[in-house]
Amino acid sequence: MIYHWDWSVPISAPYLGWLMSGLAWTLLVAGAAWVLAFIVGVGIGILRTLPNRAARRFGALYVTIFRSIPLLLQLFLWYFVVPELLPASAAHWIKRDLPLPEYWTSVIGLGLFTAARIAEQIRAGIEAVGRGQSMAAAASGLTLLQSYRYVVLPVAARYVLPPLTSEFLNVIKNSSLALTIGLLELTGQSRQIEGETFHGIEAFTAATLIYVVLTLAAIAAMRALERVVAIPGVMARV
Amino acid sequence: MTIPLRLDSRNFVRDELDLVLRPVVIAIDHVSKKFGDLDVLKQCSMTVLKGEVVVVCGPSGSGKSTLLKCVNGLEGFQAGTITVAGTSVGERRTDLTKLRSQIGMVFQHFELYPHLTVLQNITLAPIQVLGRTKSAAFDKAMSLLRRVGLADKADCHPGQLSGGQQQRAAIARALAMDPIAMLFDEPTSALDPETISEVLDVMTGLARDGMTMMVVTHEMGFARHVANRVVFMDGGCILEEAAAEAFFAQPSTERARSFLSKILRQQ
Repeated sequence: MIYHWDWSVPISAPYLGWLMSGLAWTLLVAGAAWVLAFIVGVGIGILRTLPNRAARRFGALYVTIFRSIPLLLQLFLWYFVVPELLPASAAHWIKRDLPLPEYWTSVIGLGLFTAARIAEQIRAGIEAVGRGQSMAAAASGLTLLQSYRYVVLPVAARYVLPPLTSEFLNVIKNSSLALTIGLLELTGQSRQIEGETFHGIEAFTAATLIYVVLTLAAIAAMRALERVVAIPGVMARV
Repeated sequence: MTIPLRLDSRNFVRDELDLVLRPVVIAIDHVSKKFGDLDVLKQCSMTVLKGEVVVVCGPSGSGKSTLLKCVNGLEGFQAGTITVAGTSVGERRTDLTKLRSQIGMVFQHFELYPHLTVLQNITLAPIQVLGRTKSAAFDKAMSLLRRVGLADKADCHPGQLSGGQQQRAAIARALAMDPIAMLFDEPTSALDPETISEVLDVMTGLARDGMTMMVVTHEMGFARHVANRVVFMDGGCILEEAAAEAFFAQPSTERARSFLSKILRQQ
């Protein structure tokens, strides 16, 4: 069998439009999932470091659950199983009236999964700040809330920027799993193009390049952020 | 409460009436603490009077730092009582945050906040805890920085300072709260020999100005020349509490004698 290369496929109409639409959905899913993951992850990560034992246990339980189940399976659970477990009226609303069900399910599934990973990084960052700093803050009369706000979290945030960069890249790439519940994001659109034109190699190559550009841009942005918040005299300039 | 004093203490002779009338600032009464099965503190009792400098010394692991951290509630304890200016530290109803804001503390590893400038380090608690205005906190911080010789470092970050400079900034940070007493937890142990004296000079100046100080340290020169009294600990127990002169002239326990002979030979 002879494969007829045609590199014009991914850049010609309507396929370029398909790829761009896929890119837009990838950005929308990854962006919204990141916001959700960041808020939940920071919250759970802080809970895991608090003196209150119940708070720590709740945080640990969350992390254990969401880290132990494969992301693909989590997406299926949110899409197919969870609506069946809800009260009839809620299930009805999800199945009939929820706009863009594939989109919101992907955002929630990917967001809550990533939150567990972010929580662990936040916890490690807070622990890296050290007991001495918390003690110094407490000794000067700061409340626990104040010591987190003014001392512990600002320093921990700087420690976790590099691993958070990796996590951000993971969200972009993991968003491709949304195609399994029917969201035509970047990878999904490439498959569409393959099905339509039989030029899968060109389509997937184009998608690959787009992912690489996205991740390189994210890396550059995070590096710039690391430079802005670097502490004089402590962390090496990157 | 009995305050152990030696009649041969020069301070006692000089300030007899004054000492007796001085209020007790820190009273530690039969305090015991366990970590699991390990007795870290056993029935420790000691007092620090207003304006007094008490040095707590002893071998590593003797419980000195732990005892110090019990005073402002950074460490808990299972038995006994500690009162600071009349407030019981161990009681559940006690507002520990408020109590801590009245006690300054200086740590072995400085524990300045690395992301804040020296000035921000010093003004954080006065603004957030005491509710002082920015300009009032700023003025106070600058005058304290002048006092510890760091006025030109106000806008530096801790990582840009030497160890001795960081510790002096940490002392200024503690003083900014106008504390009724200062706790020092081995303030010179992490410093190289050359910079130790610049920190000790600041502490000596504080003592001269009448600050109430409880100091855990191995600096026997400081203990001998600046402290009013010395407390010697070993194995979680307070073995001796004596006027500084008396302690160095004639320690009453064999353990203190051997500790002193070893540590003084080094210094």
